[in-house]
Amino acid sequence: MVTGTGYAWDFSFLWGYRWLILTGLGVTIAYTIGTILLGLLVGLATGLLRLSRNLVVTAPLLAYVEIFRCTPLLVQIVWFYYALPVVIGIDIPAHVAAVLVLSLYTGAFYAEIIRGGVSSIERGQWDAARAIGMRRHQVMRHVVLPQAVKRMIPPFMNQSIIQLKNTSLVSTIAVADLLYNGTIITAATYRPLEVYTAVAVIYFLVLFPLTLAAQYVERRLARSD
Amino acid sequence: MIEITGLWKAFGALQVLKGVSLEVERGSVVAIIGPSGSGKSTLLRCINLLEDPDRGRIRVGDREMRFSGDNRAKLGDRELSAFRAATGMVFQHFNLFPHMTALGNVMAGPIIVKRMAKREAEDIARELLAKVGLADKGNAYPMHLSGGQRQRVAIARALAMNPSVMLCDEVTSALDPELVGEVLGVIEQLAKEGMTMIIVTHEVAFAHEVADIVAFMSDGIIVESGPPAQLLDHPENPRTRGFLARFHRFVDDFPRPS
Repeated sequence: MVTGTGYAWDFSFLWGYRWLILTGLGVTIAYTIGTILLGLLVGLATGLLRLSRNLVVTAPLLAYVEIFRCTPLLVQIVWFYYALPVVIGIDIPAHVAAVLVLSLYTGAFYAEIIRGGVSSIERGQWDAARAIGMRRHQVMRHVVLPQAVKRMIPPFMNQSIIQLKNTSLVSTIAVADLLYNGTIITAATYRPLEVYTAVAVIYFLVLFPLTLAAQYVERRLARSD
Repeated sequence: MIEITGLWKAFGALQVLKGVSLEVERGSVVAIIGPSGSGKSTLLRCINLLEDPDRGRIRVGDREMRFSGDNRAKLGDRELSAFRAATGMVFQHFNLFPHMTALGNVMAGPIIVKRMAKREAEDIARELLAKVGLADKGNAYPMHLSGGQRQRVAIARALAMNPSVMLCDEVTSALDPELVGEVLGVIEQLAKEGMTMIIVTHEVAFAHEVADIVAFMSDGIIVESGPPAQLLDHPENPRTRGFLARFHRFVDDFPRPS
């Protein structure tokens, strides 16, 4: 295939690198799932604790959330890998820095989703549950969270889909994900156009069905309201 | 039965209750009327401690709570919940749990708070739904019920805790006019059965009919109280007279079917 600029496209060599591409994809997916789960733990704890009225609890959590939301993820990854070891005097392997940053980053967004979901439940629900004698944790568990979780699911799914794309940034600190392996193949073949096109297509093929699934779930939730 | 003494409550700089005292005998119905912003709802919310009063004393049955500036923080979650469980409250906007069926709403208190067995709670809940005329709506979710039906479920939910007093906060204000009757009917029935109740209401005619005592509240205090025939028909205090005069004129402005 030859395009207007005279470049002769040839994707056939990629077959020879199929295992490198697949393991890269595997790493990308593993990082996505792993950091979503860790981020969820971080976000759940942070989001719920941020509802506290105690400033000593909420102020540091607010700082954490805003620092991670208001700086670029790429800068965070580079900082955790290169600068943090200097600060604390301990070497941090690339994969540890990558997992740490990705989890904290997405955790900050999850925290806001969870906090926002819980505080979106009308005060009347608390009143009614407290009035029949429910204790604070019982209101949370039986009345507030069941309703809030439903509201959290669509933004949670969107944030998680974005997370798969975010993992591509770990390639900058030599974590062998899909994009990093693409760079390796490029270095070996000098065919960046085909390689990065293929990488983009693979990301799309994974993510597009997931966005469709998210839309479907969102519609279902909206209907049951 | 219920004794409120010198209750004060401020929200920031706004002093809402300015030393309210009220006594309610067992089995009697007290209706509180008065202009909006006079503190009626705040008073009810203080009685079951949804708001914590700044100063004063509240006794419900044999439980007594005293409030003064410094001991407010000591009220634990557990004590508060126990105190609230003994008082039923019905709200202007129903506040049903939308993710539970009518039956689920009524069973929630007994199961979660009293740790009652599900079967037993369900029997009680079905009985109460029948009592408020909704025996066939047990499996309906709140969004499929009319306002009047929702409010009746809310009444059943409060009754399920077997409270010693019911607090009704403008329970018909959010209803379409044609649905008011069915809710007032249930409340009247409770009154006849001897339930102790404190009712904040704009329905003066209803207060006249159902209440043993009517209290007129204005500007954070109870200005005047007495039997309906006295307070509503022959008010002594000029403020009460002013309020009722405005109210009657307002009602009389509307043409009535002859």
